[in-house]
Amino acid sequence: MKRHHLGFAFFTAWLCSVPLAADNGVFDQYRDLMGDDNPAVFVIDEGEELWFTPQGPESATLEACDLGLGPGVTAGIYVRFPRYFADTDAVMDLESRLVHCMTTIQGRDLEAVTAKPYSLRGDFGTEMEALVTWLAAESEGATIAPEQTHAAERAMYTLGEEIFFYRAGPHDFSCATCHEQSDMRIRLQALPDLTSHTGAADAWGSWPAYRISQGLVRTMGWRLRDCFRQQRWPELRMGSEASIALQTYMAVNAAGGTMTAPGLKR
Amino acid sequence: MKALVTGITISLTASVTAWTMASGEIEAVLQNSFVAKNQATMDRLQRDAVQSACSAPRGMPLDNDMLASLRAERLDAVVLPADGEYLGDWQRGAEVAGNGRGLQSSDDPTQPNGGNCYACHQLAPVEVAYGTLGPSLTGYGARGQSVAMLQYTWTKLWDTHAYNLCSHMPRFGAQGILTEQQLKDVMAYLLDPASPVNQAAE
Repeated sequence: MKRHHLGFAFFTAWLCSVPLAADNGVFDQYRDLMGDDNPAVFVIDEGEELWFTPQGPESATLEACDLGLGPGVTAGIYVRFPRYFADTDAVMDLESRLVHCMTTIQGRDLEAVTAKPYSLRGDFGTEMEALVTWLAAESEGATIAPEQTHAAERAMYTLGEEIFFYRAGPHDFSCATCHEQSDMRIRLQALPDLTSHTGAADAWGSWPAYRISQGLVRTMGWRLRDCFRQQRWPELRMGSEASIALQTYMAVNAAGGTMTAPGLKR
Repeated sequence: MKALVTGITISLTASVTAWTMASGEIEAVLQNSFVAKNQATMDRLQRDAVQSACSAPRGMPLDNDMLASLRAERLDAVVLPADGEYLGDWQRGAEVAGNGRGLQSSDDPTQPNGGNCYACHQLAPVEVAYGTLGPSLTGYGARGQSVAMLQYTWTKLWDTHAYNLCSHMPRFGAQGILTEQQLKDVMAYLLDPASPVNQAAE
């Protein structure tokens, strides 16, 4: 309990020093003070509850949803994504697989379940964010081991690599502009080298994450969308081929690392 | 998905085995994966010659002759200030250097774009929140204000590829990110002896 108070006091002081907010030294101190306390625990609980809540015209729970290891299996599935599913003949990330289950098992409308996958600042979190957070937590401590057996999975990695280096927009930015070198930063924000195993494992293994500055849990799908906003590109669609390809590129580069999500970030 | 797999061809060179997608295939994937939002329109996903040449994944073989001629082309296309004046107001330049907004879907298009120099470069020693993707430019003014230096610096800001093809830096003049006046102001921020960039750290 004491630690909670300390953490909150520090958090308040930290919020008031905006220019230093991105300083990793200060942030690391804050994270140390928080210890194992991560506000994402509440979102994890919410996600678990949603999984077992009957919804849609079929009034079905998601327990019949096959996330790769069989219907209803949730432990250890997240570290195998993105992966190929024979029933859709497509490589899917967790978010697009959940959409598939919501529409086929619960009978929900595709447009309705994809209309707003990520919350805006000031919102409460979305159903997608809660489900992904819980399912990622169900893989906490597991080794990152995305499937690369099917030809479509390997092709997705290649596509992801090509998109990673694709320069476009008025600023000529690609993902690589910020994420192909080690120990670099934008302003004070450290940038992971996503072409390296270490950088990719740290990044892939720590999302979804609770963003302190936003008071929300964010998924990797959101992280990618926000990167492209800063790249001055149009908006990345959740579950799109480009999104799944980039996630495959990161997950495969991260293979062998440990899933520590949900993380705690600035 | 099947279309994607068949769209990929194997390209074998002397030292590198690489999978490469035809440019049209990847553009089709991107067209289906993004939606226009506010000023961030879909045409931004189309690459020009520089962007295409500089999009090769690491380890891919490059056509050095093509790159050399592209660089020369960029140098020829640089537009120097019409009135021959390179230096504006360093105080306004400081604002441009610190402003990270402009051209994002979330930005107000009626406001001036920033140059966001501090995202990647150290400039004035008093500003501690600087990025490290680009070299430090602290004390840049010590390089002097010869015509050669003025033209070199202007060219780097206008189109970095004229000197260093495939540099990570945006083409602030050639792509219309900054106006001619804003570029002059950034020039002054870099080169004016009174600018904080050229003051010793306390």
